Amino acid sequence: MKLILRMNTALCAFLGVLLALPVAAAEPVKIGLVLPMSGPFAGYGKQIEEGVRLYLKQHGDAYAGRKVVLIVKDDTGVAPEVSKRDAQELVVQDKVDILAGFGLTPSAFAVAPIATEAKKPMVVMNAATSSVTTKSDYILRTSMTLPQVTAPIASWAAKNGIHKVVTVVADYGPGHDAEEQFKKTFVAAGGQIVAEIRTPVKNPDFAPYLQKVKDTKPDAVFLFLPAGEQPVAFMKGFAERDLAKSGIKLIATGDLTAETALDAIGAPALGVITSFHYAEAHNSPENKTFVDAWYKAYGPDRPDFMAVAGYDGMHLIAETLKKTGGSTDGDRFVEAAKGMKWVSPRGPISIDPATRDIVQTIYIRRVEKVGEKLQNVEFDQVPDFKDPGKP
Amino acid sequence: MRQPCEMPKDVGEREPLRRAARWRAAEWGFWSLPVIAYFVFPDNLVLLSQIAITGLFCLSLDLILGYAGIVSLGHVAFFGVGAYAAGLLASHGHGEPFTGLAVAAVSAAALGYITSFLVLRGADLTRLMVTLGVAMMLYELANKLTDITGGVDGLSGIDVHPVLGYFAFDLYGKTAYWYCLAVLFVLFVLARRLVHSPFGLSLHGIRLNVGRMPALGTPVNRRLSAIYTIGALYAGVAGALLAQTTQFVAVDSLGFSRSAELLLMLVLGGSGTLYGALVGTSVFMVARYLLSNLNAQYWQFWLGLLLVLIVLFARDGIMGGLRRLMRLLRRNE
Amino acid sequence: MTIFFDGIASGMLLFLISVGLSVTLGLMNFVNLAHGAFAMLGGYICVTLTQHAGIPFLASLPLVLVGVGLVGVVLERLLYRRLYGATHLDQVLFSIGLLLMSIAGAHFVFGDEQQPLELPTYLQGQFNLPGLDVGIYRLFLIILGAAIALGLELLVRRTRFGAQLRASVDNPRAARGLGIDVNRVFTLTFALGSALAGLGGALGVEMLGLDPGFPLKYIVYFLIVVAVGGSGSIKGSLLASVVLGVADVAGKYYLPEFGAFVIYAVMVSMLIFRPQGLLGRAAAL
Repeated sequence: MKLILRMNTALCAFLGVLLALPVAAAEPVKIGLVLPMSGPFAGYGKQIEEGVRLYLKQHGDAYAGRKVVLIVKDDTGVAPEVSKRDAQELVVQDKVDILAGFGLTPSAFAVAPIATEAKKPMVVMNAATSSVTTKSDYILRTSMTLPQVTAPIASWAAKNGIHKVVTVVADYGPGHDAEEQFKKTFVAAGGQIVAEIRTPVKNPDFAPYLQKVKDTKPDAVFLFLPAGEQPVAFMKGFAERDLAKSGIKLIATGDLTAETALDAIGAPALGVITSFHYAEAHNSPENKTFVDAWYKAYGPDRPDFMAVAGYDGMHLIAETLKKTGGSTDGDRFVEAAKGMKWVSPRGPISIDPATRDIVQTIYIRRVEKVGEKLQNVEFDQVPDFKDPGKP
Repeated sequence: MRQPCEMPKDVGEREPLRRAARWRAAEWGFWSLPVIAYFVFPDNLVLLSQIAITGLFCLSLDLILGYAGIVSLGHVAFFGVGAYAAGLLASHGHGEPFTGLAVAAVSAAALGYITSFLVLRGADLTRLMVTLGVAMMLYELANKLTDITGGVDGLSGIDVHPVLGYFAFDLYGKTAYWYCLAVLFVLFVLARRLVHSPFGLSLHGIRLNVGRMPALGTPVNRRLSAIYTIGALYAGVAGALLAQTTQFVAVDSLGFSRSAELLLMLVLGGSGTLYGALVGTSVFMVARYLLSNLNAQYWQFWLGLLLVLIVLFARDGIMGGLRRLMRLLRRNE
Repeated sequence: MTIFFDGIASGMLLFLISVGLSVTLGLMNFVNLAHGAFAMLGGYICVTLTQHAGIPFLASLPLVLVGVGLVGVVLERLLYRRLYGATHLDQVLFSIGLLLMSIAGAHFVFGDEQQPLELPTYLQGQFNLPGLDVGIYRLFLIILGAAIALGLELLVRRTRFGAQLRASVDNPRAARGLGIDVNRVFTLTFALGSALAGLGGALGVEMLGLDPGFPLKYIVYFLIVVAVGGSGSIKGSLLASVVLGVADVAGKYYLPEFGAFVIYAVMVSMLIFRPQGLLGRAAAL
């Protein structure tokens, strides 16, 4: 009798201890993606989200024992108060661990204070203004900055027989930044800016500007226009007026000839020289794997730099999670992410520990026909280039 | 003995107006909703604050459209001016919230007064285009002057001091919510009094028959100018509220799509009733919030369809529908 | 000189797209903000025919006219007809609703990228005269625009249909009393206006691009043309388009700092001094 009682007690005690042990069910890591999924920039959101999901598809969705869960919120891209609201709800209602995405700079600017107040890591996957990373100590960027992709084409031009340049930029923030950076680098390298033209942001007809270019007869035109119909219109007009035939080169930052826009421009894009951090035609094993997987999952849409930024952003999060052992504590996470280096489909990249911004190779490419498609073919590069736009 | 033409004391010319101006039970019920909402939706206070702000903006449009009959597609100009005024003030160190509102109100009202003279000329289409033209020019200006407005990247670094020196703006948006709601309520009450006053009645007359009103001695142009300025003022305050609670001003505060959406919200709720503006805004924004979580890209389609159906079948919006329902219920008693 | 030529061509394209709006607005007193959607439809039909069905560009244009015209007939019969007597605000709201639906539809069917369009080689490039570079496509636009303007004027002033149209607009009741089928006249006019919009859209792809946001991007320009030209006046639309086109292009060339403002400033000042537009009928709108 006493034995049975003792055994029962022991059993109960044992079960009690077992039940009292905290069940080590690892909580999922919730990532809140704030992206423009509707409106004029819906294409950005689509590319970035697809890039993120492709990474998870290829490498699994559990890191350091925790499953990754994505929550996507549409911020329309044109209303930063919606971005802010989305981020606030993601933090307060959905209790996300990490904020990511941000297709445009104003969205990132508006959300930065929330990242700081809630101490959540914020991974910027597209917004390209230099000062974005200075708005909060929790911001990490995996895309690029505008000055970072502008300076190399300016130095390349100066070294390759282009002495006189006319800059044509859209009259808004990013356009001013591109013009400033190009001028700085080009003039420092001995070049001369013969004219600075600013076009209205909503501009259907480039006739007057093309005429001005023709009048000034430079060696090259440096172009910066918002994505969409304007680059198409300009380049078609450039070709129509035989400006290319008269020897004037067209140089720009690579977003002008992004893969998603190239097909709409067509033949007039051939021969345009740009500097950028990613090309679908980049020749590396990592890129080949990425592009093949992309077409299998999302073809016939082409991948462009935003897809890669999403892909690499997810990589950064995954690897940092592994490094912190699954902890998403804001300060620990950002510390661990600093200095992270890896080979992305675009080439070797790293996160600058001092600025938390991306350091990457910028390639000089020319648009050529490769097989059936137009591609940006790389022929020169500037390795490990940091953002020159930081104050 | 009573004098032959003596009026009994409680009947005067103002009596019908006074009767209409009395607060009804339904109105008290309506205003208790936001208070209840605070407790029921503590995680969505930012959405609710933004509904309150847009509601105020829509109210300002109702004043000029529903009551004075001025069709404007450029009302967003005043919203943007108010937002930038308050934002610039705060980003340069003067972060006291009520000062910001005051400066925004004055700036927007000034712009409204100046442009009201343009608006008085011509008929519907001309007015539409002129208001649109002014708004677009301001948009281009804001875009261009990157050094002042931050351009497309927006104006950040707006540091707003705590309301009344005590209630700081927090992550949950509690302070912001009560702040916006209080401002909305105060301005609403003022608008309500205005609308139920002889001034408001004269606007009603102008809208219905602009030819007749001068015969009654009404200075039509002056009245229209006045209500347009007041509408601009309200819109400016709404813009300032957005700048202060978001701590950010985007150039889209001057964008065309904001104007177009505003018109939609007003029509949805029913113009000319003041409450229609608030109801329409709430329904529209909540619907968009819910639908955009379902399918971000195509809620535009349903919105367009809704608009077409409203115009064809339910022209006076939700308020009109409610009124008809009330009439039906009363008839069945 | 080239600037002047470019401005006229720019204005002609604007005219081609906006003339339909002037027709429906002035002749039928209907504010149709969805006009841009018909233009967009024309653009997409043209792109589909030339890029996917291999039909040559010039041959696709008449097909665009017919296609969009038919859509116009259907929409007019089913929907627009109900709102002829409604207030302008109602018409504005209704057409915005249609516009939103068509944008969402275009996005769904075609995606949101720019549509590629390749012009036939004989329309590309330019030839050079002393002091003037003539873009071939731009010349084509000017000639076509002038031809259509002339054709419309003849239609409205010299044909029986035109007379019936003018009668129906001035006094529908009396017109019916004379045995004119006013409903049919309005349907045909609306179809014509939409078809022209479609044609303008197709012609505009080369210079303005094509994506689902097309109507919203350019609606302002169409409205400016109609407001400045005076609704209902084809000559007025032509004049306004050319003036605005030249002002816009010249303004951007000579005063690049103020490039964007020129077109709005011109519009606002014109409307202040002549609210009914250049050649508009004072009473109509």
